[in-house]
Amino acid sequence: MAALPPYASTGQKIWHYAYRIICGLIFFFLIAPIIIIIPLSFNAENFFTFTPKMLALDPEGYSLKHYRDFFTNPDWQVPLWNSLKIAPVATFISVALGTLAAIGLSQPHVPFRRAIMATLISPMIVPLIISAAGMYFFYSRIGLQGTYWGVVLAHAALGIPFVIITVTATLVGFDRSLTRAAANLGAGPVRTFFKVQMPLILPGVVSGGLFAFITSFDEVVVVLFVGSAGQKTLPWQMFTGLREQISPTILAAATVLISISVVLLVTLEVLRRRSERLRGMSPG
Amino acid sequence: MTHSATTPPEQPMAALPGGEVTEGPMLAADGTPLKASLKRALRREKLRALLLISPLLIFILVAFVGPIADMLFRSVENQIVSETLPRTVAALRAEDTPEGEVPDEEVFAQLYTDLVIAEEYKIHTRLGSRLNYEMTGVSSLFRSTGRDVGRFDTDIYTDQFVEAAPALEDPANWVAWMEEEAVREALPLTADAWDEWVTLTVEENEDDPLEEDVPDFVFTTLYRDLTAGATPPDAFPDVDVSGFETVSIKALFEDSDEDWMDPQLWQLIETYSPEYTDGYFLNAVDMMNGPDGEAQFRPDDQRIYLKLFWRTMWMSMVITFSCILLGYPIAYLLSTLPLRSANVLMILVLLPFWTSLLVRTSAWKVLLQQQGVINDTLVWLGLVDNFNRLQLINNITGTVIAMTHILLPFMILPLYSVMKTIPPSYVRAAKSMGANDWTAFWRVWFPLSVPGIGAGSILVFILSIGYYITPEIVGGTEGVFISNRIAYHISSSLNWGLAAALGSILLALVLVLYWLYDRIVGIDNVKLGG
Amino acid sequence: MNITRLLTATTALVATATIAGAESHVEMANEMTIVSWGGAYQESQRKAYVEPYLEANPEVTVTWDESSAEAVAKLRAQNEAGNVTWDLVDAVASDAMRLCDEGLAMEVDHDELLAEAPDGTAASDDFGDLIVSDCFIPQIVYSTTVGYRTDNAEWEGRTPEDICAIFDLEQFPGQRSLEKRPIGNMEWALLCDGVAKDEIYDVLETEEGQDRAFAKLDTIKDSVIWWSAGADTPQLLADGEVVMGSTYNGRLFSLIAEQGQPVEMLWDAQVFDLDGWVIPEGLDEPTLNRVKDFLHFATDTQRLADQSKYIAYGPARQSSAPMVDKHAELGIEMAPHMPTDPANSENTFLYNYEWWADYRDDLDAKFQAWLAQ
Repeated sequence: MAALPPYASTGQKIWHYAYRIICGLIFFFLIAPIIIIIPLSFNAENFFTFTPKMLALDPEGYSLKHYRDFFTNPDWQVPLWNSLKIAPVATFISVALGTLAAIGLSQPHVPFRRAIMATLISPMIVPLIISAAGMYFFYSRIGLQGTYWGVVLAHAALGIPFVIITVTATLVGFDRSLTRAAANLGAGPVRTFFKVQMPLILPGVVSGGLFAFITSFDEVVVVLFVGSAGQKTLPWQMFTGLREQISPTILAAATVLISISVVLLVTLEVLRRRSERLRGMSPG
Repeated sequence: MTHSATTPPEQPMAALPGGEVTEGPMLAADGTPLKASLKRALRREKLRALLLISPLLIFILVAFVGPIADMLFRSVENQIVSETLPRTVAALRAEDTPEGEVPDEEVFAQLYTDLVIAEEYKIHTRLGSRLNYEMTGVSSLFRSTGRDVGRFDTDIYTDQFVEAAPALEDPANWVAWMEEEAVREALPLTADAWDEWVTLTVEENEDDPLEEDVPDFVFTTLYRDLTAGATPPDAFPDVDVSGFETVSIKALFEDSDEDWMDPQLWQLIETYSPEYTDGYFLNAVDMMNGPDGEAQFRPDDQRIYLKLFWRTMWMSMVITFSCILLGYPIAYLLSTLPLRSANVLMILVLLPFWTSLLVRTSAWKVLLQQQGVINDTLVWLGLVDNFNRLQLINNITGTVIAMTHILLPFMILPLYSVMKTIPPSYVRAAKSMGANDWTAFWRVWFPLSVPGIGAGSILVFILSIGYYITPEIVGGTEGVFISNRIAYHISSSLNWGLAAALGSILLALVLVLYWLYDRIVGIDNVKLGG
Repeated sequence: MNITRLLTATTALVATATIAGAESHVEMANEMTIVSWGGAYQESQRKAYVEPYLEANPEVTVTWDESSAEAVAKLRAQNEAGNVTWDLVDAVASDAMRLCDEGLAMEVDHDELLAEAPDGTAASDDFGDLIVSDCFIPQIVYSTTVGYRTDNAEWEGRTPEDICAIFDLEQFPGQRSLEKRPIGNMEWALLCDGVAKDEIYDVLETEEGQDRAFAKLDTIKDSVIWWSAGADTPQLLADGEVVMGSTYNGRLFSLIAEQGQPVEMLWDAQVFDLDGWVIPEGLDEPTLNRVKDFLHFATDTQRLADQSKYIAYGPARQSSAPMVDKHAELGIEMAPHMPTDPANSENTFLYNYEWWADYRDDLDAKFQAWLAQ
C-alpha cells in the first residue's frame, strides 16, 4: 500500500483513496473516545456531556475545578497514593521472580517446559472475575484479604505473564556464546549474569516491568475483592465513581492517566528501539 | 529472524573430534564413560533451569493456582446440610422413609435437637438460604421455625422430670453424671445433647454451664432415651416416665409451619445430605435434581444460565468478528507502509492499548448516552429524530461497541506481526504473472495472513468471554456476560457454590481455547506491543 | 423455660458488667473503619458527626469503605475467614436483620450504649419502633420515591399524580429507571394492578400473586433501565436518559434543590425504609470500645438532627424531629423535604421488613430469572 504508481487505473485510484479513508475512520474510532475525555474534563458543570456553553467555546463553560478536586480531595488523593504504594512493590516481585524464571525457561533443557510456561502465563488468560473470586476466598482464609500484602501478591501474580513474555522474547535473540565466552574468561555465573546477560536483556526486563506496573496500576476487579477500604486504588475509586457517586472528577483523573500512558508508551518505544539496535536487529 | 543460539542436544556429540574408532564406550577427558558424563551434565543443566524457575512457579501455584482450585472446590462442596443437621441426616438415613412420605416422630425429634442448637449458633438461616437455591420457600421456613423452636412446648418434659426428681434441675449433678461412662452408655442421646449444650455454652456464649439451667432439649432427649428402654445406672435418678404427659414433636413442627409436612422438602434434605453435590453444576446448566433423584431441566421461567452462556459466546463472537473487520485493514496498512510511518501510526494503536480500561469505559459511557455526544451529533446532522434518539447504551449494542474498541489492539498486534513476515515479493510475483490486485490479495496475501487472524481471534475471544467491568458499566441488563452473573452471586445473592460452578464452566471453556491457542500459535509467540 | 431469652439476659448482664467495670480506664483503639454508602449520604455523616468527633478526638483516624451495598456478603466472607476488617457498618434495616440472624452482627443494649434524649427519655423509647432488630441502631428514615422530568414534550403538560404513572406508558411515554431488586417494585406493581394496600403482602405470598406482579412489570419491561446504585437515577434524570425513575428521596432532593435540575418529586406510595449502624461480631476489646464511644456521640439527639441539615432524610429519634433546621448551605427549610413530613406522607407504603427477611431469597431468585428472560 505504498505510494500509488503513476500507471494506476481510475478504479485503483478510487480504491486507494477509499481505503485510506476507511483506515482513517478506524483510527478515528480507536483514538477519538480517548481524546474526547480531555475537553470534557474541563467542563464547568457537574455532568458528563458537552454543555451548550462548551460547544460555543465560551470560556465560562470551562473550568479547572475537577482538577482542583482531583488534586486536593482526599477521596482521590488517598487512592492515588495507594496505587503508587501497591504498583511498584507488585512490579518488583513480578520482575525479580519473572526474570529469573524466564532465564531458567530459556535454557536448552527444561523438563515440562510447555506445562510450566502454560501455568506461568495463565494469570493473563484466566478471566479476572475467576481469579478475583478465588483469591477472595483463599486470601480470606489465610488472613491476607483486606491487607496491603494481599493486594500486592495478587497484583504481582497478575503481572508475571507480561514479564515472562517480554523477557523470554529478548532471550530468544540472546547469543549464548557470550556467556560461554565470559565463563571462559574466568567470570563466575553471578558476575556473568550482571555483566553480560543483564545489560542485554535489560530492555525486555524494563518493558516487562512497565507492563506489570500498568497491570497493577489499572487493575480493578481483583482489588475490589481482595482489597478493603485501606487499599482503595485509583481504578477502584473510578469504578465506584462510575457506579455510585458520579462526578466528572473521574474525567480529570482519566486525563491524568492518559498522560501517564503517553509517557509510558514513549518510554517503551525508546526501549524497543534500543533493544533492537543492541541485538543488531534494527532494519533501518 | 535471528540465528538461533540454542543447539539441539545431539549435536555436540556428533561434532566430537572422534577420529579413531575405539572399542567399548567412549570416554570423556576424566575417564568416565562419555554417555554418563553427558547425562550428568544434562541433569545438572535441567536442575539449574528448574532451580531458576521454581521460586516463581511456587509463587504462582500458591498465590494464583491454589486459590482458583480452592474456589472450584466450592462448586461441589456441600457439608452444610450434614453439619447443621447431623442427627437429622443420620436418622433419615437409618430410617429409610419411603418416597413421597414425611418421616416419623423420631426424625423430627432429632431435627428438634439440631435446630435448637443451630439456632443458638445462628447457622440455621444459612442452611435455609442454601436449600432455598434448590426449592424456594425453604429460607422462610427455616427462619420462622428458627424463631419458634426455642419456645416449643417441650418444657412439659422439663417440668415433669424436675418434679419427679429435683436433683435433675442442678447442672452440677449433670456434670457429675455425664462424667460416668456407664451413664453415657445407657443414655446415648442425652449424653450427646448434653455435650453439645456444654460446648455451646462455654465456647459460643462464654458462660459457665454450672450457672445455666439445663435446657429443654436435654430433658426431651432424656425422655426419649428412657422410653426407648434405657436403664441408667443407680447413680442417675430413677424416674418412671410411663405416666408422663407427652407432646408430639412432629405436631409442634406442623404447628410452626405446615411446610414441614411437605414430602418434597424431606426429599430435598435427603438429596443434599451427602458432603458433595452435583446440585450447583446442575443449576449452572439450568437443571436440578428432580423428586425421583434424576437430573431434569428446570421450569422454563427459571432457566437462565444456558441462555446466558450462549449469549456470552455469541456476543464474544460478534466482538471478535468486529475486531477482525476493523483490525485487518489497519494491520494491512501498517505492514505495507514504510517502517517509519508505520511506527508513527502504530502509536495510535498502542495508545488505546496503554490507556486505563476504566478511562476507555467511562469514555464510552459518555459517548453512547441518549443525550451523549454520538446521539447529539446524529441529531445535529439530521440523521436521527430528536425524539427517537438511538438507544446505544445499557444494552447489547453498548457492550459490543465498547468492547470492540477495547479489544481491537489485541487483534491488530498479532495480525501485524504475522503480516510483517509476508514477503511483498510474493504479491509482486503474482501480479507479474497476470493476477489483478484483488486476485493477488485474495489468493496470495490473504492465505498467508490467516495464522494472524487465528491468533488474534482466539486472543480476543478468550479475553472477551471473561470480561466483567465494561459490560457491568455499559451493558444494562441485556448486554452482560456470565462474569457479571458470577460477580452477582458472590457479592449479592451470596450463592457462592453456584458462582463457583458457573466459574468452573467458564474456566473450562477458556482453558480449552487456551490449549487451542497454544497448539496453533504457541504461547511463546505471544507478542506484546509489536 | 426459654433458652434464647435466658441467654440474651445473661449476655446483657455480662456486657453491662464489662462496661461498668471498664469505665474508669477504657482502652480504645485509634483506628476505625466505617462502612457506608458513599455519595451525598456519606458526606452528611461526615459533616454531621464524624468530623466533629474527630475534632474532639484528634488521635483517631477514620477509614471509609463504600461497601454498604455488599455489607452482608463481605461480612460473611470476613467472618468465615475469622478476619473481620470492618469496625462499624452502615446498613439498611433488612440487611441488619439478616446479619443479626446469621450471628454476624453484635446484639446491643440500646439503653446502655446510646445517649438519652435531652429530656431524659431512654434511647429505646426515643427510637421506639424503629429498633427493628437487637443488632440495629437506627439513624434515619428514608424513602424510595419517584422523580420525573418536568420538560417532557411528549407528555403534553400532564403531570404524574400517583405511583401508577410508572406503569402508564400511554400518558407518560419514555424510559424509566427502577431498582434492580424485587423490593418496592413488586408492591408498586400489585398496587397498580388493583390490589388493596393492606392486602399486598398476603397476595405477594402466593405464587399467583407473584406472577401477577411480574405480569404487571412485564408491561413496562422494555422501557425500564434497572439501577443498582443510588446515584444512577439522578444521573439518568439529569442527562435526560429517563423521564422518570425511582431512587432515594435524599438523592432527588440534591438533584432538585442543589443542582436545580427540572425534576419534580412524586411522593405518592413512597416506600419507607430505615438505615442505621451495625457492629460486626468479633471485634477486639479496644476497637469495640472506640466504636461504642463513637456511636454514643454520633447517634445523640443533636447529631441526628444535624445530619438533616445536609440531606433530606428524617432523623430516627423522635426527640430530633423538632430540631430539624435549615439546609446548611442552601438555607432551605428542610422539614418540608422530609419523607416523614405530613404533606408528603399522605399515602406512604410501609415496607414489611419481617416479610422481606423471610421471602427475600425466594423473590430475589425469581426476580433475577425474570430479568434475564
